[in-house]
This record gives sequence, structure tokens and C-alpha cells, in this order.
Amino acid sequence: MTDARHSRSLTAALLAPAGVFLFFLLVLPLAVMVIYSFGLRAPEGGYQAAFTFDNYLNLPARSKAFTNTLLLAPLATLLTVLLAYPMAYFLAVRTSSRWRNTLLVMVMAPFWTSQLLRYYAWMMILGSKGIPGWLAWIGIGDVQLLNTPYAILIGGVYGYLPLMVPPIFVSLEKLDKRLLEASADLGARPLATFMQVTLPLSLPGVATGSMLVFILLMGDYILPQFLGGGKVYFIGNALVDLFLQSRNWPFGAAVSVALVFIMFITMYLYMRFVLGRGDQRRAVMV
Amino acid sequence: MSNDHIKPQKFLDELRRLQNGSVTRRHFLGVTGLGLATAVMSSAVPGLRPRKAFAEGLSGTVNFTTWPNYFAQENIDNFTKNTGVKVNVTIFGSNEEMLAKLQAGSTGWDLFVPTNYTISTYKKLDLIEPLDLKLVPNYDKAAQDPRFTGPGTIDGVTYAIVKDWGTTGYVVDTRKAKIPETWKGFFDAANGPLSGKVLVHDYQLTTIGGALKALGYSFNSIDPKENAEAEKLLLATKPHLFGINSDYQPSMRNGDALMSMCWTNDGAQLHRDIPEMEYRLGKDGGEIWADHYAIPKGAPNRAAGYALMDYLLTPEVNAKEVISNGAPSSDTRVNKLVPKEMLENPILYPAAEYLSKLEFGAAETLTSPIRAEIMARFKAA
Repeated sequence: MTDARHSRSLTAALLAPAGVFLFFLLVLPLAVMVIYSFGLRAPEGGYQAAFTFDNYLNLPARSKAFTNTLLLAPLATLLTVLLAYPMAYFLAVRTSSRWRNTLLVMVMAPFWTSQLLRYYAWMMILGSKGIPGWLAWIGIGDVQLLNTPYAILIGGVYGYLPLMVPPIFVSLEKLDKRLLEASADLGARPLATFMQVTLPLSLPGVATGSMLVFILLMGDYILPQFLGGGKVYFIGNALVDLFLQSRNWPFGAAVSVALVFIMFITMYLYMRFVLGRGDQRRAVMV
Repeated sequence: MSNDHIKPQKFLDELRRLQNGSVTRRHFLGVTGLGLATAVMSSAVPGLRPRKAFAEGLSGTVNFTTWPNYFAQENIDNFTKNTGVKVNVTIFGSNEEMLAKLQAGSTGWDLFVPTNYTISTYKKLDLIEPLDLKLVPNYDKAAQDPRFTGPGTIDGVTYAIVKDWGTTGYVVDTRKAKIPETWKGFFDAANGPLSGKVLVHDYQLTTIGGALKALGYSFNSIDPKENAEAEKLLLATKPHLFGINSDYQPSMRNGDALMSMCWTNDGAQLHRDIPEMEYRLGKDGGEIWADHYAIPKGAPNRAAGYALMDYLLTPEVNAKEVISNGAPSSDTRVNKLVPKEMLENPILYPAAEYLSKLEFGAAETLTSPIRAEIMARFKAA
């Protein structure tokens, strides 16, 4: 009895720092955001207490930002998976352990420079003297990449690939190689083994990586700011403008609440339908 | 070679490398021994010591908030050398963002650079302090061009001091595009021959103001009907724009854009490096502006904020600012120190026929919900 109480208070003590952290930095700000979202813009900008649903009724004014984000964030995530999976497979299965760590470090290497610098570099690569210039040189003229959705996709895949490779790599590396032998013994060809054994068992890694990348892309504003140039506009950009330029905090709060809500629904549907129940648990474990 | 002295040929080689810019000044002073020599001499000759006279009681870091491509690094470095105070420069894109940060509180800024039309709002919201002119001995009101001192003085009290002034027009890459005569021409070109190659500012005052001018209204209109027309023009133009960005120099230099809304200083910098880049004002008008130095209420290093402002207003120092960023000064003492070519440059000093049509930004545009919303909708479209 005393032992149980003792261990319970120990658990409480261990959880307290995280609990306090979450309360002050997550629950409280979330509550403030919800309260603000029913308020009015003060005459000079900012927040003025009120109770109105106008901010929510005004949400369709930002529908383009929502559709841009909801279209490009999943698409960029998908492209990142398609590119990251073969890389992770190569690293986990085909690379000798001597080279593996070096190559993994090289995958992460772009993170060592500032994100802003990397996007500035992409502005040059995608600008008219970069790739479109080379294309014009071989006769494919008049291509614009910078400030188009394609630039966002390229930048998204580039920027988030290093986050996608490691989780997939881990799930492939843990894979019991005897299962592959068993599959071959039972007469499955390599492709069938991959589709029926390797792929399903590595899905938790894919799930973890995609969630990580998807969540970050949904809230991103630097990527569309730099490579979209005000033409391809995300919810993140709408929020920056509402809080900093228009200083319409209540409407900004309503857009934030809508974003949190959409993320919640999307993640729920993803867990529920894309992944089986077992995979869900493993996705969390990875 | 011994370490004690340097051979004449080597010295000349190093000097040439320094002039080419392939080595830093620090490297040059190091390898030639000049750095050490200066240090030894300066300790012996009091006059050569770094001036600390006005630096008494200053320490720490001063947080200086300003605009892109808008200060001479040399002046900032010299301030640090003279006073020991480090300067932390933060760059902003619009007055609206500056106001938002100050309204939210605790910016930690000691000195910032608001534009004329915002100062009365800062005063009204009690966000800036009345300036203690005793702490700015290098400022001389009598030497100021009276056209610009109005907005910084409210009820006889000085709240902000003019840094420099300029205009808002457009810059055109004349190698590939014709220069429009008017704002109407600017939007016609953006919607027509220059489709996909034009930039507008990420800034309500100039972008909506430019559209209003194109329609024949005041740059400062807050009339709902006129603004609705401006919004319609902007929304129709958006698919044809290359982008919406206040940092337009990279796209112009890179050739992605052929025309952009543009401020004097950026126009002067672009024209200086690429002579075919021409800056022009709309014959139908546009904006004339003056940026100011101001001290936010509760500045954590207030003394250093004043010291930096005073240093930058020193005529010799201010002249370097003008030469470096290309925005003209309103201080007649500074103009005497600026090269003659600059004073005759029509980018900096437009002809009277253009100048007379320009309007100063009006305070209402900063807080107008109509203009704020139009800009946000235009960007979100």
C-alpha cells in the first residue's frame, strides 16, 4: 500500500515538469487563442474583448490559403516518401555497416546550415538564371519555377527529406532478415517478398516520417514565403499577415483554431484508415 | 623571412591584395605589423586612442531595428569600436509589422526607424518617448529641410528625428522593358507585355497606394468605394505578377523580374550596379516619405540607443549613410559632404514636375481596417 502510494507520488514528481510545461506552453495559449477568436479587432489593431462569430464566418476569405496548404503539404509529403524510401532501403539493406553511418550523416548534413540560406540558394537555382536558364539553353524556353507550386514541392522535398529517411531506415534495419529467407523458401519472388513482407513491416517508419513531415509542412511559412514569393500562399503566411500586417488578432486566432482543427481531423483519419490498428501502436513506438 | 619586419615587396603585395578585397583589413594589419604598430603608437599618443569621450557609461548591446539594405556597415562597426557597445541590427519589411511588434510589447528595441506617417500613432498609443534633445547634440534642427520635420514634432515636442527621405516609384530593367510614364502605365504593363515579370511591395501603403493612383485617386484614400476599385485592380493583376515582396533587389538583379515598385534607395543601389536599371516616378504622383529615428518607451539600453542615434546623425557619419544606401539626407550640413554626382542624381533628387505631385503617407492608412484587409485578401487570393 505504502509502496504503491510511494511509486504514485514518484510518478507524479517525475511527470510534474512536463505537466507544468504543457500547461503553460500548450493548454493556456490554446485557451487564449480560442477566447481571442471570438473577439474584435481594436481600432488601432490588436484585440478587443467581444463575443462574435464573425471571425469564423469570415474564414472563407482565406479559402485559397487553406486549399493551397491542404493540396501541397500532402503532395510534398508523398513525394518525400517516394524519394526517401529507396534511400532508406539502400542504406539499411544494401550498404555495408562500414559506410552506413557515414552515408546517414551525409543525409543529415544539409541541416547544418541555416534553413534561410538553403532557401535563398534555391531561389537562385529555381530563378531564371538557374534551371529555367539551362532548359532554355537546350531549347525548352519560357519555363517559370520560382513562385509557382512546383517550387514549393521541390523545396518541400529537399527541406524535409532528412527528416523522412531516418525513421524508415530504422524500421528497415530492425527487420528480421530471417523473414525474408523464409519468404524465399516458401517460393516468393523478390518482388512478392518486398510487397508482402518488407513493405508492410516498414510501414510504421513510413507513418512516423510522414506525420513528422506533414505536420511541419502544414504550419510552414518560410518555404512559401521564399519560394512562393507571395504567389503561393499557405495558412502559415495568412497567419503571419493577420498578426503582423493587418494586426487583426481575433481573425488570426480563428484561422489558427481552424488550422488546429483540420490537423486534428486529418491525423485522425490518417491513423484510422491509412494505418491498421497494430501499425498505429508501432508508429508511436518507432 | 623573420617575423620582426616585412620586406617592401611583400608589403606592397599585401596592400594590393587588400585593395582587391581578397584579404580583410584585419589580415592586412596583422601580416604587415601595422596593427601592432598602431596599437603601440596609440598607447603612447593619446590623440590616436579610440575616442571614448562620449562613450562614458555605455555598455552592453544596442538593439537597432531598421529596413533592408538601409545602413552603412562601416558606421555600425565604428560605433562599436568607439563605444564598446555591440549593435544588434534587426531588419523589418513594413511599418505595420513594426507597429504590431511594439503593440505586443517587450521588443527589447533601443532605436528604430519608423516612417513619417506612423509617428502620430506611436505617440497616441504611448509607444515612443519624447526625445531628450540634450542627448542628441549632433542634431541641428536649423539645418533641417523644413519639408520633413513636421511628422516628428507633435505639439511642439520632438518624438522622432529625420534619418533620410525619398520617394516611391518603380524600377525598370530597360534592357528588356519600356518605362511606363504613370502608375496606370505600370499596371497596364503588369497586366500586358510584362505579365509574369513584375513585383509589387508586400506593403499596404505603397501597393494599394499605387493601385489607387493608377485609378486616379489619392495615394492615401481610405474611402471604401475607391479602395474597393483598387482591390479589384490588384486582384485582376495578381495572376500576372511575378511576386509580392518588399525585398525585390534579388529578383531584379537575377532577371526574374523586369519591373518592380521601388524606393529611392533601392533604385539608386540597383542603378549604381546595373546602369540599365532605371528608377522613375509616376507622372500621376505617388509617395514622398521621410524615415525617422525614434526611441521606444522602455528601451532596455536607452542611453546606447541615444548614443547610436546621435552618432548616426553626425554629419560626417550621416554622409557615409547617404553614400552607402542612396537615400538623400534632409540635413543641409550632410549634403555639403556628399559627392556632387549624388546631389545631381535625378533618382535621389527628382525634377520639380514629378516632386510636386507626390503625397506624404497619411496616418489613417496605417490603422485603417479597410486597407489592412484589402492587403491581406490580395495576398491570400
